[in-house]
Amino acid sequence: MNVDQHAFRSAILDPTAHVPDGLVDPKGRAAGKRFDVYRNNVIVSLSNALAEAFPAIQKLLGPNNFSILAGHFVRAHPPRSPLIALYGDAMPAFLETFEPVQKLGYLPDVARLELALRQSYHAADSQPVDPALLQQIPPDRLPAARLILAPAMRLVASDWPIAAIWKFNMANGPKPAMRPETALVTRPEFDPGVEALTPAGGAFVSALAARQTLGDALATASGRDPAFDLMPTLGALIAGGAITAIEEE
Amino acid sequence: MLDTTARNTLPLAPGVGYKPQHFTDILESPGPVRWLEIHAENYMGDGGRPIAQIRHLAERFPISVHGVGLSIGGEAPLDPDHLARLARLVGWLNPASFSEHLAWSTHDTEFLNDLLPLPYTEETLARVCSHIDQVQEALGRQMLLENPSTYLAFAESAMSETDFLREIARRTGCGLLLDVNNVFVATTNQQTDPNAYIAEFPLDLVGEIHLGGHDEQVDEYGDPLLIDSHGTEVVDPVWKLYAETISLMGPRPTLIEWDTDVPDWSVLAAEADRAATILAPARKAALQ
Repeated sequence: MNVDQHAFRSAILDPTAHVPDGLVDPKGRAAGKRFDVYRNNVIVSLSNALAEAFPAIQKLLGPNNFSILAGHFVRAHPPRSPLIALYGDAMPAFLETFEPVQKLGYLPDVARLELALRQSYHAADSQPVDPALLQQIPPDRLPAARLILAPAMRLVASDWPIAAIWKFNMANGPKPAMRPETALVTRPEFDPGVEALTPAGGAFVSALAARQTLGDALATASGRDPAFDLMPTLGALIAGGAITAIEEE
Repeated sequence: MLDTTARNTLPLAPGVGYKPQHFTDILESPGPVRWLEIHAENYMGDGGRPIAQIRHLAERFPISVHGVGLSIGGEAPLDPDHLARLARLVGWLNPASFSEHLAWSTHDTEFLNDLLPLPYTEETLARVCSHIDQVQEALGRQMLLENPSTYLAFAESAMSETDFLREIARRTGCGLLLDVNNVFVATTNQQTDPNAYIAEFPLDLVGEIHLGGHDEQVDEYGDPLLIDSHGTEVVDPVWKLYAETISLMGPRPTLIEWDTDVPDWSVLAAEADRAATILAPARKAALQ
């Protein structure tokens, strides 16, 4: 009896499946608990990887609930790549439909933020520009300039205060107040940090990331919020070392 | 067959599996540790702390790159993207050694994150050899292939594991990585003799040794079932088997693996020290 890898794989991810015939113990008896070692290795190692990847989700749900969720997730979405450090792309969409967490509407966006933090952690290194260079550009030429952003910069827009929720759970931040936030992830050296931007601030940085000029990005943000103040958003980018170059026409 | 100048150049001394929490300790008090091994898949990002740490450590220590994701025994073709990432890592790091496992982990496009077992048949042999040829070609160097820890057997297997590994090495020119803990785990689980396994193993092809801890369980019939967990100290019977193996084949680069419940550096360094006391007389004897 030959066992192909398709049969092996199916029985690994389905704990109720029959162990393929042809897998045996030293006495030739069908492998039962011996096969379960592989089942257990797969589910436990991938659940551990998810717990490392989504510590805020784990904290919000508690370790027991998270472990149940992880088991369901692993079986529904096994990794598509051996890069386990980046496993979990499908988590936000999974949380949107996983019945037991439907009351926690912010959960999918918190998962998006945790994905962004890990992507930032592994992103390419870059050198921030000296902020003084920005001040040296004559005001009349500023609108045509483009800010080049760091590869480790990420944005996660949300209808929920996700930056505040993340900081409350992971960095002793104050209790979140209900408002929409765009989380800005920057990595000054090696450790990514999270700052809250207003939706208009998020639209501004998003426009810069799409290589719009400062003038166009400002127009985009002001379209979202006529009272948009550029300085806090620019300040967050500078503090996070997220501006790597300034291009003038 | 490959250019032999690209063979492994690890020192005949203890190394450890690198864990980021030991970064400072390794630099300040390496003790008997002379080289480090990294899991390839953890260093395939574009930058950040992982890459920066390895660049720094590589200035002081020979690095061995150990892959856990190629799925060399997989029925599917090797993932070309993953092979390209590996070639990129090996390209910039120029490690002293590259090794992978006699196992599979990817089916279709799913990666199961475990080293799954293979039947030892002509069909598997041809497939594994073709994949190893492809890896050695892509990396431009000889690789070492590691013997697995197994929990069950395939009724269809027609060859012993040692014959299977010897034939792979003969056909591809790859070297072998002998995991002595895996030998102990697999022979206990298969109810065969670990010393007989070592006696049958092509020791002249061994470029590196692994040592690690395992857990003890029993199966549903009460028979011993050892689990390769890398979460504890190396047990005495494995040290004894290691010492006997070294006395048979001479000194080899020897890695202490500890991947779960990672201890303080002093505990890991003490394990490396134990390997050093077995390697030192063997190194002296080899010089005479």
